[in-house]
Amino acid sequence: MISTLGRFSLALALGIALYGALVSILGAQRRRPALVESGRGAVFAVFGLVTFAVLLMEAALVGRDFSIQYVARNGSLGTPLLYTVIALWGALEGSILLWIWILALMSLLAVQIEGKRHREMIPYATAVLLCISAFFLFLAAFPANPFKSIFPPPIDGRGPNPLLQNHPLMAIHPPCLYAGYVGWSIPYAFAMAALITGRLGDEWIRTVRRWSIMAWGFLTMGIILGGWWSYAVLGWGGYWAWDPVENASLLPWLTGTAFLHTVMIQERRKMLKVWNLALIITTFSLTIFGTFLTRSGILSSVHAFSESTIGPMFLAFIALILFSSFWLLVKRSDGLKAEGDLDSLISRESAFLMNNLLLLGFAFAVFLGTLFPLLSEAVRGVKVSVGEPFFNKVNVPIGLVLIFLMGIGPLIAWRRASLESLRRTFTVPLLLAFLGSGVASFVGVRGLYPLLAFALAVFAAVTVLQEFARGTLTRRRITGEGYLTALSNLTRRSRRRYGGLIVHLGVVLVVIGITASTIFKLEKEVTLERGESVHLGRYQVRFDELTARQEPQRFVVEGTFSVFNAARKVAEMRPSKRFYSSEQQPIGSVHVRSTPREDLYLILSSFTRDGASATLKVLIRPLVMWIWLGGAVMALGALVAIWPDRRVLAAEPLKERVAWQPGRS
Amino acid sequence: MATWKKLIVPIAIIPVLLLLAYGFKTNPREVPSPLIGQPAPPFAMHFFDGGTTSLGELHGKPVVVNFWASWCFPACFEEAPALEAAWQAYRERGVMVIGVDIQDREADAKAFIERFKLSFPNGPDLQGKITIDYGVYGVPETFFIGKDGKIHYKHVGALDRKVLRAKIEEML
Repeated sequence: MISTLGRFSLALALGIALYGALVSILGAQRRRPALVESGRGAVFAVFGLVTFAVLLMEAALVGRDFSIQYVARNGSLGTPLLYTVIALWGALEGSILLWIWILALMSLLAVQIEGKRHREMIPYATAVLLCISAFFLFLAAFPANPFKSIFPPPIDGRGPNPLLQNHPLMAIHPPCLYAGYVGWSIPYAFAMAALITGRLGDEWIRTVRRWSIMAWGFLTMGIILGGWWSYAVLGWGGYWAWDPVENASLLPWLTGTAFLHTVMIQERRKMLKVWNLALIITTFSLTIFGTFLTRSGILSSVHAFSESTIGPMFLAFIALILFSSFWLLVKRSDGLKAEGDLDSLISRESAFLMNNLLLLGFAFAVFLGTLFPLLSEAVRGVKVSVGEPFFNKVNVPIGLVLIFLMGIGPLIAWRRASLESLRRTFTVPLLLAFLGSGVASFVGVRGLYPLLAFALAVFAAVTVLQEFARGTLTRRRITGEGYLTALSNLTRRSRRRYGGLIVHLGVVLVVIGITASTIFKLEKEVTLERGESVHLGRYQVRFDELTARQEPQRFVVEGTFSVFNAARKVAEMRPSKRFYSSEQQPIGSVHVRSTPREDLYLILSSFTRDGASATLKVLIRPLVMWIWLGGAVMALGALVAIWPDRRVLAAEPLKERVAWQPGRS
Repeated sequence: MATWKKLIVPIAIIPVLLLLAYGFKTNPREVPSPLIGQPAPPFAMHFFDGGTTSLGELHGKPVVVNFWASWCFPACFEEAPALEAAWQAYRERGVMVIGVDIQDREADAKAFIERFKLSFPNGPDLQGKITIDYGVYGVPETFFIGKDGKIHYKHVGALDRKVLRAKIEEML
């Protein structure tokens, strides 16, 4: 029953998506509003059908209907409810379903919100979005159908992969990441619509900026939460391993970040039009590339889903996107001449251009490093693996220059900055940066890169804070408002600017967290008899006892450790090992005690059967919490930047009617 | 736009796409074993049916050593009939097939042997020593040891009849 309904709704959604794409284009070309309206209806219908399919799948999972293959593989009687619900994205087929649902939802929102303002472009944007949906619906309806049934159904299912039912972060990391990936479809769809209609002015740029910030915000959260999940679950004390799939999520983030900056140059100076379109196309292609890497099995990764046959289809889809988009771009390039010029090397334009080149260089290095094993095998027939040393060697210096530019960019003047203004703006941040590196060196930071990282982080943070302070003080002087009111009004008047500055502050926190947790980490592995303790850093960790218990879906062996700091007991920590019947290896569950100053991270490596001794790995990672906090600040900044502003919304249609005068494109 | 500029995009894209397409032909999990071409690590074992053997006794014969476990579904289940068929086809020609059961319960392992009617000798690796000597990473893995006692080929994952036959023929 569920199987039939599910298959039917996905197939029907596929048909409607194709129909909608077709009538949207026909309607726009033959100027038939009824057809365009029908295309819009298709977006709603697809959303309705996909929602229905998702609900069916959830019903099957929660109702433990093991006649559905997906449920038999990813659900089990003993799995707790939360992990049963989120098993929707625990494996290939379900994750594609979730992907389609997010895409359908965002398409609906985009068509609904932008539909009234962009009558010319919307049919084409609708068609592009529906085509993307159709591709994924095709996957879900045929090769990766989540509703395949099995007969006879097993009595109990295998349950989700234990790593995916070990931490609640699994409930939010994948949806955020998917929203970050899928979100770029909307800027892409509008960019394509602009290219097709030839409306290459500011219109599409204004439309997509909010959507691209939203996609960027989700992607940022998805990446940071992924790091957090890896840190809290995988039990190696790290959060980023330059794994192919992690890299694949970083790539669109880098090119998307580049776009968010150069789009300002286009708005302000009417330059870089081709560049911006190319960045959008690249970013969107990279989101598909990321999905491809996870699901094709061409590279080995902890994140890879089991191999499947959909890889070649993804590749064909990527080829289609790249060739058709860039072909359109080349065809329209004559209408994309820059109207402004670069006036001076010392200006915001050149700072942003520099930032773009570096971000793309960063992205290229990551791309090359990710695909290098494949390249080496293809060309020389030698299997190699490219690890942390390569990525760190290439990307750390680029990253440092980027942080420097992050401090400069928002404050330097457009067109040409005078020496006087530079002096006024950057004297204090530079002085404090030197002071910061002095302090860092005093607390024991050694080496050029770490010292530079702290100095530049201070520099960038001070520029942001100084900007907020100066703006608030000026406003307070003019309007007589209180400090907080002035600050909030300042931000509200220019959300995008101040939202962006908040994001920069978040980046600074992340940089400090990464640097400190990398250079000051401590670790020790010891075997302790009951009652014995180990010292590391400020802590003394005592092994108290070992207990075992049976839970519905697993058997748990848990160690209890008392943690003392200066002879005072500060915590009792319980790292454990979990034995799942479907797995040959036990899954370690780490216990982390986080404070703003440092994390204490305990891993139970092994134990004797009688519980008399346990081997424990103790790690100290300073300032890790700052990374997660920085991620939250970045997301907050993005939210501030896109928060709807009633005043602007009301005024915009008016402005646009003027911008749409014939002869201006 | 100048012609050369128009060509930049395809020139940049096509090699990447070709490279990714090439990726489908490779198996990222396949790591070449350093043991290939080296003398096979010696081992001795007791079979479930009471017999014993050691690699030394088998010198001069091609030997297929298959590491498996009863919980290894579906890969071990898929290849068990193929191994039995190979044993039936080649035992007359002096080929030896040995199953090494690892990380398993004896009762489950015996049920597995019964289920697939395996007649070639199978035994447990009680101390895990053979597993470690052969660098076994997971089950199933199969080593093909030539008449000269050197490791001829290592197969990771389920074997099918075709590969088995081809590799055994190479050793004969």
